[in-house]
Amino acid sequence: MYEIRIHSRGGQGGVTAARLLALAAFRDGKYATACPFYGAERRGAPVVSFVRIDDAPIKIYSQIRNPDMVVVLDASVMETVDVLQGLKKGGSVLVNSEHPHEFPGFVSHHVDLTDIALAKNLAIAGTPIVNTPFLGAAAKLGIVSFESAKQAIREMFSDERNVQVAEAAYKEMVI
Amino acid sequence: MLTIATGNKAVAAAVKQAHPSVVAAYPITPQTEIIEQVANFVARKEIATEYIPVESEHSAMAACIGASVTGVRTFTATSSHGLLYMHEMLHWAAGARLPIVMANVNRALGPGWNTWAEHTDAFSQRDTGWLQVYVGTVQEAYDVTLMAFRIAEDERVLLPVMVNLDGFSLSHIMQSLDTVDLGDFIPPIRLPHAIDVNNPMGYGPMTGPADYFKFRWDIERSMRDARDVIRETEEEFARRFGRKYGPTEDYQCEDADVVVVSMGTLGKEAEVAVDILRKEGIKAGSMRLRWFRPFPDLDLKGKEVVVIDRDYSFGFGGVVAASIKAKTGIECYNVIAGLGGQEVTYDDIADFVRNRKIGEEMWFGVSE
Repeated sequence: MYEIRIHSRGGQGGVTAARLLALAAFRDGKYATACPFYGAERRGAPVVSFVRIDDAPIKIYSQIRNPDMVVVLDASVMETVDVLQGLKKGGSVLVNSEHPHEFPGFVSHHVDLTDIALAKNLAIAGTPIVNTPFLGAAAKLGIVSFESAKQAIREMFSDERNVQVAEAAYKEMVI
Repeated sequence: MLTIATGNKAVAAAVKQAHPSVVAAYPITPQTEIIEQVANFVARKEIATEYIPVESEHSAMAACIGASVTGVRTFTATSSHGLLYMHEMLHWAAGARLPIVMANVNRALGPGWNTWAEHTDAFSQRDTGWLQVYVGTVQEAYDVTLMAFRIAEDERVLLPVMVNLDGFSLSHIMQSLDTVDLGDFIPPIRLPHAIDVNNPMGYGPMTGPADYFKFRWDIERSMRDARDVIRETEEEFARRFGRKYGPTEDYQCEDADVVVVSMGTLGKEAEVAVDILRKEGIKAGSMRLRWFRPFPDLDLKGKEVVVIDRDYSFGFGGVVAASIKAKTGIECYNVIAGLGGQEVTYDDIADFVRNRKIGEEMWFGVSE
């Protein structure tokens, strides 16, 4: 089982990012669950959501304590939240950021999802949409196939720009 | 068709196919997504359902009762405080023998204000005459909602059915969902005592003790008959659609020395705990109690029993453990856990089994 924890801010689309990733994994023929952790969060507060991907049906409903991967959709949450908590040894971290971050003992990736979204004017109420470009980055990392990533986006959104930003992130991210 | 959906959306998908004539509902977290979806289906004219937005849950159930008594299919959904606000009307729906189907998204009761999973909301309505079933997966939420209409409307039952799913942990999780081509699985509703709106007459006069007593007995007789109807419906569902259900979901119980009894999503997590315990040489099993009313006969003879209650009856004990003891005479290790959405993992459940003390009660994370 591959377990992913996504850190974001309320209203940023982290839950949708988890759902998109689960849907893409599912389209790859895997079993997947996406479960948001709903707290008393408000818009702008740090939130987490979880994705599990496996070859067998998933019976676990509790939160992920030891993820294989951590995704940070808003780098500023790292100022107040220990995003590495429980991350498996040698696990990977993907940060939405224009510059690389050092995480000793872990594999670090970065891509500027915000810039990619803004380049296509993809925003809701002034908040850039980072979850659809994130799916392109997740495909680049091999978590889901690129085809399934695009299919999942098309199933959930009718605006084709969402697919274009995923393509841009897939191209831009260096691994 | 194979897709991926939340527990709430799975319920709504089933409601769309069951196609009730009337839905009256009031939104409450974490149920809101169900009635939002149903309202969408109505607004887009995907179903020809009368959707009645009401000002409270008491009115939601009253409107369902008013509609149901004319002999049409009705549905509503609620949660927690909304369910409790319906309390008087829940007794009325069952007493009037109305096959209303309701989804209840199990949520703790305030104060302290809490929107997460707990079963006390539904258990506090256990004596209203409603059938109660608890589901553990998104797929089951869909399948059981479909079956609920057929069971409720069966002339041997004619009682309302409450489909319970854990708040957030099931209502908001996304899992795979295989929707079916329903065909004639749910026959057209036929309520023998439906009123004729074109021929008005007096209805529901004062009922004397002798007749009232017979009506009460008649409810219980139907509850007993409901066991057969549930079994037949689940068998027919398996024949048509390939997915099997029973009064409990048993996992590795046959040769088990110790069985964990739980309900809802914890019952799936318990299966993972069983796998861990078996590797350690502990012959464990998991029994997920699905039907709570009517309460099934449980085969637990010769087993040590660990009951996880995601509920509590203050001054008495865990409701499930007490029910099992009353029905089977079996003393168990009663773990009170998961109240107000408390995290309970498969590791925790494995610990409950390892550290079991038969005859004792343990509040997880509090009295350890």
